[in-house]
Amino acid sequence: MSEASNPGQYIQHHLEHLSLNLKTFTLGAGGGFWTLNLDTLIVSVIIGILVFGTLRFAANRMTEVPGKLQNLAEILVGFIDRTVHEIYHHKTTFMPSLALTLFLWIFFMNAMDLLPVDFLPTVLGFFGIPHFKSVPTADPNATFAMSFTVFFLIIFFNFKAKKHRLLKEMLTFPFGPYLFPINFLFRIIEECVKPLSLALRLFGNMFAGELIFILIAIMPWWIQWPPGAIWAIFHILVITLQAFLFMMLTIIYLSMAHEGH
Amino acid sequence: MDVTSVVGQVQGYSVLAAGLLISLAALGTAIGFGLLGGKFLEGVARQPELGPMLMVRMFIVAGLVDAFAAISIVMGLLLFFAENSFLTSALSATTKVSVGG
Repeated sequence: MSEASNPGQYIQHHLEHLSLNLKTFTLGAGGGFWTLNLDTLIVSVIIGILVFGTLRFAANRMTEVPGKLQNLAEILVGFIDRTVHEIYHHKTTFMPSLALTLFLWIFFMNAMDLLPVDFLPTVLGFFGIPHFKSVPTADPNATFAMSFTVFFLIIFFNFKAKKHRLLKEMLTFPFGPYLFPINFLFRIIEECVKPLSLALRLFGNMFAGELIFILIAIMPWWIQWPPGAIWAIFHILVITLQAFLFMMLTIIYLSMAHEGH
Repeated sequence: MDVTSVVGQVQGYSVLAAGLLISLAALGTAIGFGLLGGKFLEGVARQPELGPMLMVRMFIVAGLVDAFAAISIVMGLLLFFAENSFLTSALSATTKVSVGG
């Protein structure tokens, strides 16, 4: 707990993004739709570059006898590949790579939660940056961006796999052709709920985790350690689980789009 | 209406709302986890060799069960600990009314 005068203001201060108003190109919120959350953007891009740069580095220096980094990369790729092919039975290189990207990127973005809540804001505060939220996935903009990408992929695969049969399936699926308006409505709702639940699930968990870390940080310094440690250990489980879940549900949705009812 | 009664009313309702948010989320996940764990144990008791596979799936479903309850609990905690946005808007409305009339 740094400069805050009371707990409410401290929490409020920690919930504000470093945002760029695209209408006036000044720092600070107030641009409505035209606001760019710089902290989310910068942290997620840096994490992406680091993670996939490391994987690229491992891939470029592949050797007959694998080193430590190559072993780790191979375990990860093999694990994701197996998980994908358990669900999705066609030949594909796109789906495992999508799944790997989602899993690793989300995992490391979530893992920013394990940094102390005041660490990045305090360090950047010395350079005159007023607000900084270090967890990109605790920003609904980031999670919705990812889930909308998945949504468009679902639509794309639906068209690619079924072509003209798609309309027939949408109109006749659960209740037969005579109840086609209800079938159509159900299908639309089903598809639209997918990105919503994906994004809100990830956002909710990460936001909850971050807020509880902030609440722990309000306590006096001598009592912070036990609850902080307990929550951090539990949170390691949560971040892995949520990253895995996002990946898993993406694969399930895409294979449903491929195979139909 | 004077300011103190407005503050009291808004705070009272906020506390009720926060309590409901936290408790209903806890209730829902408790029932969900109970069912989930019970069925998992049943499944493992029937076919112990499927244990690891069922465990992975149980964790997936646990993540699904957990998610929306977490949102609800956090909204409750925000109402309890952070600045109450209902209170600030109600206060600004009452001061406007008292200045105007």
